[in-house]
Amino acid sequence: MGETFSVSVEGVLKSFDGTPAVNDVSLKVRKGEFLTLLGPSGCGKTTLLNLIAGFLQPERGEIFIENELVTHTPPYLRSIGMVFQNYALFPHMTVAQNVAFGLKMRKVPAPKIAKRVADALEMVRLPHLGARTPRQLSGGQQQRVALARALVINPKVVLLDEPFSAIDKNLRAEMQVELKQIQKRVGITTLFVTHDQSEALSLSDRIAVMSHGRIEQLSEPAQLYRNPATSFVASFIGDINKLPCRLVSVSDAEAAFEFGGIQARLAASHAEGFSPGSEAVLYVRPEELTLLDAGDPAANFGAATVDTHVYQGTHVDVYVRYDDGRVLRARHPGFEAIERFPAGGRVGVSANLERAFLFPAS
Amino acid sequence: MRDKALRVLYGLLIAATLVYVALPSFVVVITAFSDKALLMFPPSGFSLKWFERAITYEDFRKGLANGLIVTAWASGIALVCGTLAAFAIERFEFSGKRVLESVLLSPLVIPHFTLGVAMLILASEFNIARTFSLVVVCHVILVLPFVMRAVYVSLKNIDPALERAAASLGASPLTVFLRIDLPLLAPGLAGGWLFAAILSFNEFTATLFVTGQRTQTLPVAMYTYVREYADPTMAALSSMLIAATVLFLVAANRWLGLERILSIEHAR
Repeated sequence: MGETFSVSVEGVLKSFDGTPAVNDVSLKVRKGEFLTLLGPSGCGKTTLLNLIAGFLQPERGEIFIENELVTHTPPYLRSIGMVFQNYALFPHMTVAQNVAFGLKMRKVPAPKIAKRVADALEMVRLPHLGARTPRQLSGGQQQRVALARALVINPKVVLLDEPFSAIDKNLRAEMQVELKQIQKRVGITTLFVTHDQSEALSLSDRIAVMSHGRIEQLSEPAQLYRNPATSFVASFIGDINKLPCRLVSVSDAEAAFEFGGIQARLAASHAEGFSPGSEAVLYVRPEELTLLDAGDPAANFGAATVDTHVYQGTHVDVYVRYDDGRVLRARHPGFEAIERFPAGGRVGVSANLERAFLFPAS
Repeated sequence: MRDKALRVLYGLLIAATLVYVALPSFVVVITAFSDKALLMFPPSGFSLKWFERAITYEDFRKGLANGLIVTAWASGIALVCGTLAAFAIERFEFSGKRVLESVLLSPLVIPHFTLGVAMLILASEFNIARTFSLVVVCHVILVLPFVMRAVYVSLKNIDPALERAAASLGASPLTVFLRIDLPLLAPGLAGGWLFAAILSFNEFTATLFVTGQRTQTLPVAMYTYVREYADPTMAALSSMLIAATVLFLVAANRWLGLERILSIEHAR
C-alpha cells in the first residue's frame, strides 16, 4: 500500500448546473502536513473542501481518509474537524458546551469530557472562558474556540475554510502564528482554504494553487514563487510584470525575443517548446528589474522614462514607460531610487532573465 | 422653531393613532360597568352585574371550554405540521415543492367564509357529524400558514454552517435537528404557536359553519347571544377577554421575550 496519506482525492469531479466546480482533481495530503488550497473565489477550493468533509458528494472519483474509502460516507462518520469562515459556534451553548459537543457525540464519559475540554481551552489560551456564550466573545476568541472544538475530538484531519477572513488585519497575523504553532505541536494534518496568497505562503508546507476547478500547481511555497508551472500561478502568486513579446531565434544555448523594438536574450532552458516567430508572454518580477543611469552598457532591457514612484516602506516601486507605451514595474530596496531616478528622467533597464518565465501567449 | 412645530405635530399624530386604536376597547370597557340593560355610552350608573351574568351564563362557560379545547388541538397540530412542512420546504429540494408551499399558504388569501362553507358541504356530503374533530381540522388549515411563516423565517436565520459544524463533530441528521435546529427554532416556534392560538381562539367566520350546539366556541356563543339580547353582558365579556389577552402577552413578554417571539430582534 505504501505511504499512508491522511487524505487522498482521486479523479474527483463535481459540477453545479452542468458547470464543473471541481474538475478531475487528484490530491494527496501527507500525515501531519499543512496543505493549503489557494485560489481566487470560484476556483473550486471550497467545493473541494466540502467534498472531503462529506457535505457534498462527487459525481466521479474517490476520496480516502487514512486509506479508508469515504466517498459516500456522511460527514458525521468521517472523523474530521472543521473550522468555518464565520466560526459557526452554537449560539445556544456555552463555550465549554461547544467544545464538548463532539465528545458527547462520541459518548465519551462525562469526567473525561470535562478534562479534555479544559485541556483544549488551555491549548487555545482561553481556559477561563468556558462559561461564556459565543456572543460574549471577540472574533479572535470565537476563532480559537472553533479551533478547540475541531481539535478536541482528535480528528484524522482538520479542515479550515477561510478561518481568518472575518478577523481584522492586525489580529490576523497573530492568529496565523498561533495556528501554525498549535498545528505543529499537535502534529495534525491540516487542509486550509484561502484566497490570500500571503497567508498561504506564510503558513503552508505545501500549496495547491487552484483555478477553474483544477489544481494548477502543487508545491512548496518557495517553489511556487520561483518556479511557477503555469502563467496563472506566475500572475497569482506575488507581483509580476507581464510582457507580451515575440520569439526571434531559438538555438541550443539561448533564445532571443523582441518587444517594442528591443531585443533581449535568455537561456534556452527558459524557452523550451518555443519556435522562432511564436508569440509569448514574458513574466518577470519587479525585484528582478534594476534601473540604471541612462546609457549604462549593462542595461540589457532597453531604455525607458520614469513614470511614477510608489513608496512601500521597505522598498520603492518605480514604474517606467517604454517608448511604445508599455509600463513595467521595477522594485528597489530602500528609498534612494526616488531621488536617483526622478520622474520624467531617462533610465536604462536591466533584467535578471534567469529569474524570468516565458509562457505561450493565450 | 420649525423643528419644534414638527415635533408637536408628530406627537399629535402618534396620540391620534393611539386613541384611534384604543378607543373601541375603551368604550367597551366603560360600557361594561353600566347599570342598565342597554348598550349606552357613557353609562348612567355603575354596576358589576353584567360581569356576573357573563361569568355565569352557561353558553359562555361551555363556549370558553370548547374554544380552549379546539385552540389547544388546532395550534398544537398546526405547530407540528407547520414546522415539518417549513423544514422540508426550506432545507430540501423535491418536485412539487412550490405547489405544496402555495397550497399550504393559500388559506392566507382564501376568505374564511369560503373555507367554512366548503367544510360544511364536505361534512354533510360524507355524513360527518359536527364534532370537535371537524372544528379542529378547519382551524388547523386556517392557522397553518402563520405557523409555517414564523418557523420558515426562523429557519432562514439559522446559519447552515451550524448544522454542518454539528455534523462534522459526529452528529447524525436527527441529532442535528434535535440538538441544534430545534433549540434555535424555539423562539420562532413559540411565536408561531402564539399567533396560531390567538387566531384559532378568536376565529368566528369559518367556525360558525362547522360548529353545532354542542361544539360552539366562545365567538360563536357570543354571536348567538347578541342575536337575542342587547344588554352590556357582551361588553363585560369583551372586557374580560381584553384583560386576559393583556395578561397573557405580558406573561409571554416576561418569560419568553416578545421581541424574540416576533423575530424583531436581529438574528445575530
